[in-house]
Amino acid sequence: MKRVYPKEDACINCKLCEVACLVEHSETKDIFKAYRDVPRTLSKALVEEDGPNSISIQCRHCTDAPCIDACITGAMQRQDDESPVIVDREKCVGCWMCIMACPYGAIQMDVRKKDKHKVSSKCDLCPGRTMPACVEICPNRALFFEDRG
Amino acid sequence: MNYLIIGNSAAAVGAVEAIRKKDKKGGITILSKEPYLAYSRPLITEFLADLVTEKGMSYRAEDFYKDNQVSLKLGVSAKSIDAKKKVVAASDKKEYSYDKLLISTGGSPIVPPMKGLNKKGIFTLLTLDESKEIKKNLKGAKRVVVIGGGLIGMKAAEGLHEAGIKVTVVELADRILSRILDEKGSSIFESYLKDKGMDIITSDSVVEITGAKKATGVKLKSKKKIVCDMVIMAIGVRPNLDVIKGSGIGTKQGIIVDNRMQTNMADIYAAGDVTQADDMLSGEKRVNAIWPLAFKQGRIAGTNMAGGTKIYEGGFAQNSLSVLGLSTISMGIVDASSKNGYEVITGSGKGKYSYKKFVFDKDTIVGGIFVEDIDRSGIITGLVKERYKVKDNKERFLSEKFGLINLDKTWRDSKLTKPV
Repeated sequence: MKRVYPKEDACINCKLCEVACLVEHSETKDIFKAYRDVPRTLSKALVEEDGPNSISIQCRHCTDAPCIDACITGAMQRQDDESPVIVDREKCVGCWMCIMACPYGAIQMDVRKKDKHKVSSKCDLCPGRTMPACVEICPNRALFFEDRG
Repeated sequence: MNYLIIGNSAAAVGAVEAIRKKDKKGGITILSKEPYLAYSRPLITEFLADLVTEKGMSYRAEDFYKDNQVSLKLGVSAKSIDAKKKVVAASDKKEYSYDKLLISTGGSPIVPPMKGLNKKGIFTLLTLDESKEIKKNLKGAKRVVVIGGGLIGMKAAEGLHEAGIKVTVVELADRILSRILDEKGSSIFESYLKDKGMDIITSDSVVEITGAKKATGVKLKSKKKIVCDMVIMAIGVRPNLDVIKGSGIGTKQGIIVDNRMQTNMADIYAAGDVTQADDMLSGEKRVNAIWPLAFKQGRIAGTNMAGGTKIYEGGFAQNSLSVLGLSTISMGIVDASSKNGYEVITGSGKGKYSYKKFVFDKDTIVGGIFVEDIDRSGIITGLVKERYKVKDNKERFLSEKFGLINLDKTWRDSKLTKPV
């Protein structure tokens, strides 16, 4: 299946992938409104940095995904081996077993103080798009959306 | 091919999904002692406090069994296994034959001997039915004693506390959550929960449950007495081995399985809390009764039952727990110090209760604890699984921004540039 692959040497730490991801997953998909949303949508991509080095990390959509093994409610699922790993936000109860299990630290806690609803937040490879938002916006070709076998 | 699965929880579901990936036609039968479709067992304590509905606890979509052509026998428990004839005798007086058998009977609650166990108002808490029964009896109850301050005990205590009950937890060890946290972690939880109004008694045990016909109090070893309307036994679980008696299937604490999840008998597999499987960190076979391993073992057993080859590389303890709003995630060896030969790095993050600990066996990372700030803790789970070696600057693990970028570049490239 096609997955997002970062190219560390090309990453310039601009964090546009985080911006594009947040906007894409917001209700309005409007950059100005999305940042004013309360609660604000979380980016599912995370740019890590260490001195001059940086890299954009998002879900690897692992073949034998440990987050699916760990999920106690069945919220973390994929349709088949070639499909992205998706969290069903209705089923998720925020037990954070997936956060415990994910070796890439690619799942975030989305805690909505307003209604106490706790859910996991992660990359869904942007359903409905041919190219995930983070890959499309990357100005230095540091993210690729490819089938590498 | 005729598959028979005893039990209907995480391991069974994992096995069904794995079998159907390889074998679309073979018959699958599940014997389920409990009269429910597979449900999320860890949520029974939330159910107690009405934080989740029964429907919200379903582990798979309603048509899971139909879609996977599973013949599900609800309320039917397996009684005995005849490995020669390849049949299982069940409580419905029928015999179920199999070509491949999976035993995933889970665990049974441990009830230690004490006086007064025959009274009403004493419950164990492992099934949805037990949770329902407790809920029914909670009406009018004001005080409950929970025996056991481990995972199940603290989750039960949370559920009851949320339901407006005054809870006292009695723990035999000198601290609560002693299997998933170290001393510091336990004391953070203990003081947090006491602040929330929970009574926690450690280094003590219940010797007698008092009352005429119904439990009205407990007597402790320290001679202390506690008045209560109900007692919940939450000491832990042990593998449920009843069905395999006389079958010749090899056991110690649990059913011994090889790295294909097969028992000592041909065509008989086991998975989940009933098994004693390879433990990665000790190098021994251990009962690691946790949900992620149950599902994974089921998945591996299912694959191998259907003619595939999948190897279980071993498990280790991993736990994620939230009690009354405070979360912790821990993995691997946690109760370690320089006294028992480990190198330990500790620190804290932003939060008031924040605590982090990383345990190294020489250069290899073997465990970690995260309290409150649990973000990205799974990276450590992954590193423990891989026996990742850290040569220098172990303190970097404490950094708030710690991530894959702080690890070896060659390792990172191997993970991030190809499918995993």
